Amino acid sequence: MKNNEILSIKNLRKIYHTETSETVAVDDFSFSLSNGEFIAIVGPSGCGKSTILSILANLENKSSGSIKIKENYKLGYMLQSDSLFEWRNILDNCLLGLEINKNLSKENINYVLGLLKTYGLKDFINSHPSNLSGGMRQRVSLIRTLATKPDILLLDEPFSALDYQTRLAVSDDVYRIIKKEKKSVIMVTHDLAEAISMADKVIVLSKRPCSIKKIIPIKIENKSTPIENRKSKEFSKYYEEIWKEIDLNV
Amino acid sequence: MCSNEHISYLKKIRFNKILIKLIQISIFIIFLIVWQLLADFKVINTFVSSSPKEVFKTIIELHKTNNLYNHIFITLYETVLSFLIGTLIGIFLATILWWNKFIAKVVDPYLTILNSLPKVALGPIIIIWVGAKMNSIILMALFISTIITIMNVYQGFIETDINKIKLMKSFNAKPYQMFFKLVLPSSFPNIISALKINLSMSLVGLLPPVGEKIFFNKCYSRY
Repeated sequence: MKNNEILSIKNLRKIYHTETSETVAVDDFSFSLSNGEFIAIVGPSGCGKSTILSILANLENKSSGSIKIKENYKLGYMLQSDSLFEWRNILDNCLLGLEINKNLSKENINYVLGLLKTYGLKDFINSHPSNLSGGMRQRVSLIRTLATKPDILLLDEPFSALDYQTRLAVSDDVYRIIKKEKKSVIMVTHDLAEAISMADKVIVLSKRPCSIKKIIPIKIENKSTPIENRKSKEFSKYYEEIWKEIDLNV
Repeated sequence: MCSNEHISYLKKIRFNKILIKLIQISIFIIFLIVWQLLADFKVINTFVSSSPKEVFKTIIELHKTNNLYNHIFITLYETVLSFLIGTLIGIFLATILWWNKFIAKVVDPYLTILNSLPKVALGPIIIIWVGAKMNSIILMALFISTIITIMNVYQGFIETDINKIKLMKSFNAKPYQMFFKLVLPSSFPNIISALKINLSMSLVGLLPPVGEKIFFNKCYSRY
């Protein structure tokens, strides 16, 4: 691995087997992530984008290829649905990962309390998930992932469950949190605008079996928050470029 | 501050609630009256179906001889005991099935068969095997409640939200953590509904052997 690289994937391949057939979901997929980088992966729906994250998060086994992660670097996975446990209050939901890894030290609990406070959830520590709005729930879900202090965040369509306006606001929110906590990110999304407005680099995938079609670095002058980035003059240029690359099979 | 519409709205709701209670109670009273009338005019055979008056007389009699509370106690004791044991065994076996999908697949047809079996019909066999004691009554009730518990609770276990399972896996949760932190608490509604069914099932289980028991005792007392 090169100096600044913290994660590198080489020739990743994933085949799903069923009794009647086998399907190649991911074929010859290689890329690397540098420290502090935000990579978005976009592609036609059903192309196997999420499979890549599932393999990285150890939820599924790869068929072949290699995945290297820099020593002592940890991964954190955030799903599309917030999956908060209704029988736990907000604080206990956030402590779930620490509890499972038996890391419930006073220091770690204080770290989580600090995150909840910084990101406007202080008054809801003892509430249950059903009392929170969709945007707040997504923030809690992010804090739950941050609680185990991962260095690389894997975001799997993190905002698709939200309505459009909440989605803009929450992606702004989450982006600010991620930058402040200095995390590196791999985000899978089907929303091109979301990818361009948040990422440093957009990887465009082909139809199934998915492989890399193009890697487009996003360079926006005066880069700031996602909502501001959407207003920049480069935005529509990138949108068009990526739109042309995506194979639509409607 | 309440507007007039709101007050009339509240009144309507309250009226509805009272009406429902009233009708419920009247149905019960009408049922008793019709039953008594049918018995008085000899439309039904009171030897088979008794009558409210007879039932009431028996209750008073049992109360006077101090037997009533003893009978109630025994019935409650048997119900609660078989309910508790049945629930615990049922949840335990459902856990094993969740733990090992292979076993679950193997026993699946047998569970279905056992569940559709009219278990009450096994009453006489159980009495012959175990004897006409309280044990056989509890065994009967257990038999009825355990299987339905296994099926209901297991169903709850396997319906656990796939995304929450993914989340737990992403934290590297071990199987026991997966079970106690996610699967068991998320199946609570299922477990509660299983308990409700169970309570009535335990009661059903008690009744036929009780009949058999009385019959047996009478037979024996002749000798």
